[in-house]
Amino acid sequence: MSSASTEDGDVPVDTSSGPSRPRPIRYISPAALNLHRVYEQNRQRLQKKDGAKVPDPTAPQTKGKPRLLLMGQRRSGKSSISSVVFHKLPPSETLFLESTARIQKDSLSSFMEFQVWDFPGQIDIFDNPNFTFDMDAIFGEIGALIWVIDAQDDYLEAVARLNATILHLHRSYPHINIEVFIHKVDGLSDDYRLDIQRDVTIRIQDELSDQGVENAPVNFHLTSIYNHSIFEAFSKVIQKLIPRLGQLEAMLTNLCRTCRFEKAYLFDVNTKIYIATDSTPEDMASYEICSDYVDVIIDFTEVYGSWPRSDQWRARLEGEPWAQPLEGQVACEWAESGMVLADARRPIMLREVDRFLALVAIMKEGSYEKMPQINMNIDVVVKGLTEFFEITKPKEGAGGVGPPGLVSPGLG
Amino acid sequence: MGASPAAVAGGDPMGVSAAAHAQLKKVKKQKVLLMGKSGSGKSSMRSIIFSNYLARDTRRLGATIDIDLSHVKFLGNLTLNLWDCGGQEAFMENYLSQQRAHVFSNVGVLIYVFDIESRDVERDLATYVNIISALVQYSREAKIFVLIHKMDLIQPMTREDVFDHRATLVRRKTAEAVAIVHKQKPEQGQQQQSSPSPTPTPSSSTTTTEPPLNLQLFATSIWDQSLYKAWASIIHDLVPNLAVIETQLASLGLAIDADEILLFERTSFLVVSKWTSPEGERNPYGDRFERMSNILKSWKHTCSKYTGTPRNAEQFSDFEYKMGATFSMFATKFTTNTYILVCMPPGEARFNSAKLNVAAARPWFKFLDGPVVSAQQAGGGGAAAGMGTPDS
Repeated sequence: MSSASTEDGDVPVDTSSGPSRPRPIRYISPAALNLHRVYEQNRQRLQKKDGAKVPDPTAPQTKGKPRLLLMGQRRSGKSSISSVVFHKLPPSETLFLESTARIQKDSLSSFMEFQVWDFPGQIDIFDNPNFTFDMDAIFGEIGALIWVIDAQDDYLEAVARLNATILHLHRSYPHINIEVFIHKVDGLSDDYRLDIQRDVTIRIQDELSDQGVENAPVNFHLTSIYNHSIFEAFSKVIQKLIPRLGQLEAMLTNLCRTCRFEKAYLFDVNTKIYIATDSTPEDMASYEICSDYVDVIIDFTEVYGSWPRSDQWRARLEGEPWAQPLEGQVACEWAESGMVLADARRPIMLREVDRFLALVAIMKEGSYEKMPQINMNIDVVVKGLTEFFEITKPKEGAGGVGPPGLVSPGLG
Repeated sequence: MGASPAAVAGGDPMGVSAAAHAQLKKVKKQKVLLMGKSGSGKSSMRSIIFSNYLARDTRRLGATIDIDLSHVKFLGNLTLNLWDCGGQEAFMENYLSQQRAHVFSNVGVLIYVFDIESRDVERDLATYVNIISALVQYSREAKIFVLIHKMDLIQPMTREDVFDHRATLVRRKTAEAVAIVHKQKPEQGQQQQSSPSPTPTPSSSTTTTEPPLNLQLFATSIWDQSLYKAWASIIHDLVPNLAVIETQLASLGLAIDADEILLFERTSFLVVSKWTSPEGERNPYGDRFERMSNILKSWKHTCSKYTGTPRNAEQFSDFEYKMGATFSMFATKFTTNTYILVCMPPGEARFNSAKLNVAAARPWFKFLDGPVVSAQQAGGGGAAAGMGTPDS
């Protein structure tokens, strides 16, 4: 959990000021090619042929940047969402955000590289008299379109615009996932939330089927920045962009069964989005506690782990009676943590896979005593995960992270 | 104490003499007045610190009527008599007139809360001066803590300036109020009910030289860790046997080769005592103690939400965290009323022996739990400590 990692990727790029456009837009970049691979795999997944295919060895190994587009009416909360999720802004401070006037492009480096484009709500990109947008530039590399609807406002116009957008996109880009965030539901009662969701769903599906579009890839999420729901919704969105998610999930399911975990999550540490979980039914409560646990670890790391120790300190610790470098005195190169809850003595464990990813699991009661065996299994899974993500890594250098040669009776 | 960790658990608990032990058994009561204008946030901060409210839950609190008395047991052998005094003007006048002696005598600590957003600063200060006069008159020895509260409402850039400005003002007013009372003292000396001990300043002194005030100021907000900083200082001086705790923590820290040890009270998670090694002193985060309180407290909330147990219940027993070759730390339930957090250099052997040694050191700190020092759990520690030495 290196604290430096947050500073790496979050460089807001504003390219709408004319000359500073980064590159010619018609050019098919390696990233676009890689995205093509992502789409292909997504489509395969949709067609439920996932397990049958073998990954194409000729697929480009270059980095790809799936793009998330945030769209919706003005003041629906798009910029707040991206600030809270990707820039760790406290939700209470989103009140002071100014309205977005231009397309705001963020690039995030994590286990995968993402771009997040925040569209100003007042611009209609399909029907703009002053400026025609290059559709390919916007939608060509897209991973998912997130449409934000303010549930506390009159949403009819938003729904109408969303319908128009879907119809536009359906013609040229039929594989774009459309994720509808029914947002700001924190102030609404549970019943009312579900009513709204039903209403919005029906309005969109009716409109689409009237136009002859069936089974459009539209998903709905109830979200709020004041609780974990926005992170959960983003998790679902991002998971759809991960190639071979099924294998990842199978790995975690296997771990849970072997070690008798109640629930395991693979977290992206910087955003607290979980990119995979095991196959047991998801529940919000376990996600919340795991995500808060990641927070606790990040905070402790910042206070005690982010400043350099003196040379004398190191020399003393590496001298007698230990007589080996500090790196040799520890069992695990990355963060490793456990906590026992007083209630039913259920332990929670966390293990970092690399500097972006952490495995967090809630264990069954009484399993704290079996930590050594569990750690061996975790080692194996971590090794597997490292190999898995080697593909999506922007560059090499994470090799040899997994402790080699550990034999586990349960996994492998 | 011994250089080898094995030496720790054996022998006399740190040479605490029998006389000192007798003193340890005494239950200490402290009267703490919590005052300030209505709506300044007194009850909110009390609920957060002692009743585990979340900051946003405090919206539910209504106005305090008259005086809300509560007894907070702290570390078993210290009881805080917390007088949460409703701040509406009618009540304030009442405290200063009819109930004057009742409210202001035998006070250990006065906590006065200023709302930084208040419109009528002059009037707030006038009330404050009246309170201080009454306090000095009846409880000369009382410590005064002034909290400039709701600092979150001030723009972060100007917070320091605003606080400094207000602090100077409060300091000056306090000094004036105290000086006036001292001057009047010869005439109304017979009214004194408490504090027969010698006065800190010669009462004949008519100069404006600052009397050695027991005054401390803090900028606070319920939305961040600043509240924990202020309250940790408030309780710090009240904790009995502080010197003993500190020396014992220091010996423990040296023995297990730790970088930092923090001792938390169980419910409030305020830092009772701490020890830091010379290397640990290099930590650039000066606010880490209150941050730890804040982190652990909010973690406790998460746990209670997850498990569905009451907020005040104990939520976790053991925590350990090894950050590769950078550092390791663990937090564990220490005595009945405390948690201990140890931050130390990396290394598996070092870590495991430190855990065993901390468990073995529990009997030394038994006195923290209350007037009755029980001898149970005293056994078994020595063996564990012996096993835990890294060089064995």
